[in-house]
Amino acid sequence: MAGRIQQGDGDVIELRRVSKQFDNGLLAISDVDLSVGASEIVAVIGPSGCGKSTIVRLIAGLDRPSTGSVQVAGHRVSGPDRAVGIVFQQPRLMPWLSVEKNVSFGLDRDAGSDGVVAEAIERVGLTDFAEALPRELSGGMAQRTAIARALVTMPPVLLLDEPFSALDAFTRIDLQQHLLDVWGWYRPTMLLVTHDIDEALILADRVIVLSGQPGAIHSEIVVDLGRPRARTDRAFHSFQDRAMSELSQSSQVVTSGSQAHGSRRPPGSGR
Amino acid sequence: MTGLATRTPKERIDAGAGSARNIERRAPRWALALILPITFLGLWELGAVTGVVSSRLIPPPSTIGATLFDLAASGDLLGHSLSTTWRVLGGFVLGASVATVLGAATGVSERFESIFDPTLQALRNIPSIAWTPLFILWFGIFETSKVLMIGLGVFFPVYLTFSGAIASVDRGLVEVGRVYGFRTTTLIKRILLPASLPTYLIGLRNGLGLGWMFVVAAEFLGASQGLGYLLVDGQQTGRPALIIASIVMFALLGKITDRLLATAGARFTRWQDGFSRETAM
Repeated sequence: MAGRIQQGDGDVIELRRVSKQFDNGLLAISDVDLSVGASEIVAVIGPSGCGKSTIVRLIAGLDRPSTGSVQVAGHRVSGPDRAVGIVFQQPRLMPWLSVEKNVSFGLDRDAGSDGVVAEAIERVGLTDFAEALPRELSGGMAQRTAIARALVTMPPVLLLDEPFSALDAFTRIDLQQHLLDVWGWYRPTMLLVTHDIDEALILADRVIVLSGQPGAIHSEIVVDLGRPRARTDRAFHSFQDRAMSELSQSSQVVTSGSQAHGSRRPPGSGR
Repeated sequence: MTGLATRTPKERIDAGAGSARNIERRAPRWALALILPITFLGLWELGAVTGVVSSRLIPPPSTIGATLFDLAASGDLLGHSLSTTWRVLGGFVLGASVATVLGAATGVSERFESIFDPTLQALRNIPSIAWTPLFILWFGIFETSKVLMIGLGVFFPVYLTFSGAIASVDRGLVEVGRVYGFRTTTLIKRILLPASLPTYLIGLRNGLGLGWMFVVAAEFLGASQGLGYLLVDGQQTGRPALIIASIVMFALLGKITDRLLATAGARFTRWQDGFSRETAM
């Protein structure tokens, strides 16, 4: 797998001078410029409360920017769109539906979609659990179901909002590999929000470091490592060091900022 | 030695569950539950036979049983039970339907809630039985006023529970629907209703319980049929056995209908991952 590909298609996700102020007056992000090319995997890292989730919610059309423009595939985002799939930190499965029914949840019924659903479930390795209810699943399996649900329509854009942060380390590493497999399947454009440096470096072509608060872009790291990437690699370690120092610089900005703003967090950023 | 200290908490819980199962194997739970009532009934009967208890005012279980048997044999018991049950069911269906529609509306829409909820909350503070004289004036003494009374009693618990259950459905699940571009009606049908179903079922069972309460009040105020009428009749003709027989029938019918409702509902709430999955208690 090559690092960056199909960059010629133009930017699929594009944020221009985007700020978001919530009704309670909290400025979540300020003047963010961000673009993600076709089939690119970009990770956004930063301290908690720096508006990472806000960026995802704006791209998904779940919130509107206060100023600036958010575009997906050249069109201004005006609301949720089937072209954008999203995986939240919590699996958010419907507890009364089986894995299979959860995966097909957003599809139009009687659309002859059985094959698509079965394939999405197979991609995340849950074929044997298609009939299981969410309460019978482990945390990792539940999150795989959520990934399959987001993938079932093969959206050109896949947003992941701290998708693995509620899972244990082993499951997390396993799911990161699953995610790369999925990317290899149809190469969606992926934006991943995380606070896990290793996760960002394992998965992403570029890592955007945010500072907060309000969230603003602090720096960008181009991860020009081949794949598969090994955590034990010397080159990987040097990226870790770099990301760590960028992150600590960015959180120094936070420390001074958070004294002024208290510990308030934007609504919805917690989940 | 595998002492208790070396076991994991999980194992200890399993061991505890095992000993509980052992007790059940020796004596099933329902048998344990019967010890107290049977002892009580036995002492009661004994007291009546020995003359310690005045059997004129407190008829012994055997007399009550005989009364029930006579009523059943003459076919009167069935008639009275049926007319009472029909009133409860009529009122229940009426009250629960209106409550479901209004509860869904106020649970989903904040504007709807602002319009309806304050008024409904104010009306709720009037003891529903206080409406009875007015209902009788308006709708006469026959079935209409009775069913409406019962419906009113059923309405409030169902409305309050359902409205609250919908309003407290996990915002995250609703957002999944929004991601798929669901419109409000689809959101209600595919997320809000299924998610609030378990709580709604509890509201329905509460409502049904109140329905049985209100039917007594309704039948006190002029009825020529029904278990409530038997109560009044027993009092006026000085037959305590008849009163207690009616009370027994109320308990029996109330339990049966509640059980039916719980069993019907349990089919739809099997997915729950609660402390106890046994919904039908």
